Amino acid sequence: MRKTLLIIRREYLSRVKKKSFLLMTILVPLLFMGMTGLVAYLTHTGGDAITEVAVIDKSGFFLPQLKNSKSLIFLPTAEEFSDAKLRAREDGSFVLFIPKDIGDQSQVQLVSEKKAPMFITNEIENQINNILRTKHLQEAGIDIATLERIKPNVSIEYKELTDEGEKKTDTKAAYAISFAAAILIYICLFIYGAQVMRGVIEEKTSRIVEVIISSVKPFQLMLGKIIGIGMVGLTQFLLWVTLSYLATKITDVQALPMLSALQTIPVGYILVTFLAYFLGGYLLYSALFAAVGSAVDNETETQQFMFPITLPLLFTYIMAFSFIVNNPNSTLSFWLSMIPFTSPIAMMVRIPFGVPDWQLYLSITFLIAGFIFTTWVAARIYRVGILMYGKKSSYRELLKWFLYKE
Amino acid sequence: MLSGFPATPTMLKIENIVKQYADHRALDNVSLEVEKGCIFGLLGPNGAGKTSLIRIINQITAPDEGSVYINGERLNPAHINRIGYLPEERGLYKKMEIGEQTLYLAQLKGLSKAEALQRSQYWFEKLEMQSWWKKKVEDLSKGMQQKVQFVATVIHEPDLIILDEPFSGFDPINAEVIKNEILELNKKGATIIFSTHRMESVEQLCDSIALIHKSKKVLDGRLKDIRNSYRSNTYCIEYLGEEIKPEATELYEVVKSRNLEDTKEIVLKLRNGVKVNDALQYLLSVAQIQQLTEVIPTINEIFIQQVNGIDHA
Repeated sequence: MRKTLLIIRREYLSRVKKKSFLLMTILVPLLFMGMTGLVAYLTHTGGDAITEVAVIDKSGFFLPQLKNSKSLIFLPTAEEFSDAKLRAREDGSFVLFIPKDIGDQSQVQLVSEKKAPMFITNEIENQINNILRTKHLQEAGIDIATLERIKPNVSIEYKELTDEGEKKTDTKAAYAISFAAAILIYICLFIYGAQVMRGVIEEKTSRIVEVIISSVKPFQLMLGKIIGIGMVGLTQFLLWVTLSYLATKITDVQALPMLSALQTIPVGYILVTFLAYFLGGYLLYSALFAAVGSAVDNETETQQFMFPITLPLLFTYIMAFSFIVNNPNSTLSFWLSMIPFTSPIAMMVRIPFGVPDWQLYLSITFLIAGFIFTTWVAARIYRVGILMYGKKSSYRELLKWFLYKE
Repeated sequence: MLSGFPATPTMLKIENIVKQYADHRALDNVSLEVEKGCIFGLLGPNGAGKTSLIRIINQITAPDEGSVYINGERLNPAHINRIGYLPEERGLYKKMEIGEQTLYLAQLKGLSKAEALQRSQYWFEKLEMQSWWKKKVEDLSKGMQQKVQFVATVIHEPDLIILDEPFSGFDPINAEVIKNEILELNKKGATIIFSTHRMESVEQLCDSIALIHKSKKVLDGRLKDIRNSYRSNTYCIEYLGEEIKPEATELYEVVKSRNLEDTKEIVLKLRNGVKVNDALQYLLSVAQIQQLTEVIPTINEIFIQQVNGIDHA
């Protein structure tokens, strides 16, 4: 036990003391802060470009009623349409032509040397249709003041029925968190799993492994490495969460609709479940990564063994975005969030939409059983693999190692 | 017991060990004993099964059959801290500082941090390595790395030190330094096992040996006894004067004869029952004797003799 602790300590400290760890820890929240800042900036200004549209209104009816917006300005012009077209070809400006007799089905023309952005055509269509509709309503004898008054403005406020009563939820925020959690778990399982694998390969190629396992059991070495690196991951997370929290305090992101929507989500609950699934998934997969590392002599040989490890993760990752996020409570989503190999990602996608407690406990129980199983399998391969030098190993070889007695 | 010799206690006893890998039997019913405080040579060509046996003693792998006893106790995890092992494939963490690394390895062998620090300082001073403490392994030469590895092997003051190919990779000066350290540890009571295929490199050092060939033990015992049993009453004589003729055939037969730069040399095998003094008396009358040495086969020669016998059988 004391020896395992020594190994954990070395694995942890040797990584945390590295400059790259410090860099990652500081850089990621800074990036996060920078990204939110950029998003805030862009949504507030909506882009600086102002588009001018020259209007030739043969009817004379629309021009006075067209309203300028922040990014769109209408300018009257006395030119003929043909002259205006020629000019537009040269200076790239927009020309809007409204014919004299304009019925409900007729078309106005917008010409320009380049393609008109969607927001410009939408805006112009909306305005002209509104002007026409108002005109027709007036002609039908409806008072504009009355019309303004009765304009309804209904939006959906979605409330979930829970044991604690009605709960206000925001599906958009749930989506956002689902996506973020799935991506984060997926990336982290690979980053830290690969670190375990590289650590094993390093010990094997530098031949120190034989010195170490003449002092401790191979299982202790493997476990110590897995736990040590897992703690590095946890440390990094906690630092990120803390730093990101501080970062959001500084940048005052309350103004952002997306982040203020986060307030309707139980952040603490999600954080705890995230850590649980990260840890469980990490323990499950890193044991397999360790077994792969023990079976090879260098990193390029790992490819053939990586496929079966990558497959369930990639599958769930794709399922997460194409299916689970839209059907979080379907049977398929349920099973994906129960199977230990897929549950870390699948369950994290479901959680923001609400998951019954019993499912959560069952899934975590399976996950724990899963990583005990993979650790057992991996340890049997590992103990033989680390002493096999210069041998190209195959799946058959791995099976043979697994079946060796003691 | 009336006998004047106290029985030497056994440090390591190996009984009928069998180790089978899928399609290869690495050890086939191997038994041997290593006395406490001796220097033992585990000899044999590459691939004979030496490393497999050492790994079993170090509890890196377990035997399929047979048992191992240390100090009369069946091998158990507590013994790990009493053994120091220098594997043939040397290895250290390349990016870790030497001092830190030595402390780590010492603690893995059960020393407390304070003990580890104190012993590291002792050894670093003894082998003049103090200035390396903060250096990384990748910044050291091969020979320097070997020294660090040796310190890591003996730092916990093991009762049993197992050195696999101990002198490979050392330059002659460092090899001498390490050899003297090993002898000193032996004098202080440690039992040493040398495992090597270069038999001549340890022949002078060993009290006892075991020869392993093709997974089987072919010979073991005290080096002196083994060599005595291979004595063939053959002598090499260097002399001046007339060439010795094979005329006294009742005393000896000539194995070979040749001229050296200033002297001549003759190798004689004495007839059964003929004492060396009898032969010498005759020879003194015919030549001026400069030197007489008994021809005893080296371990290497004994080994080849043994192996040929087995392979031809």
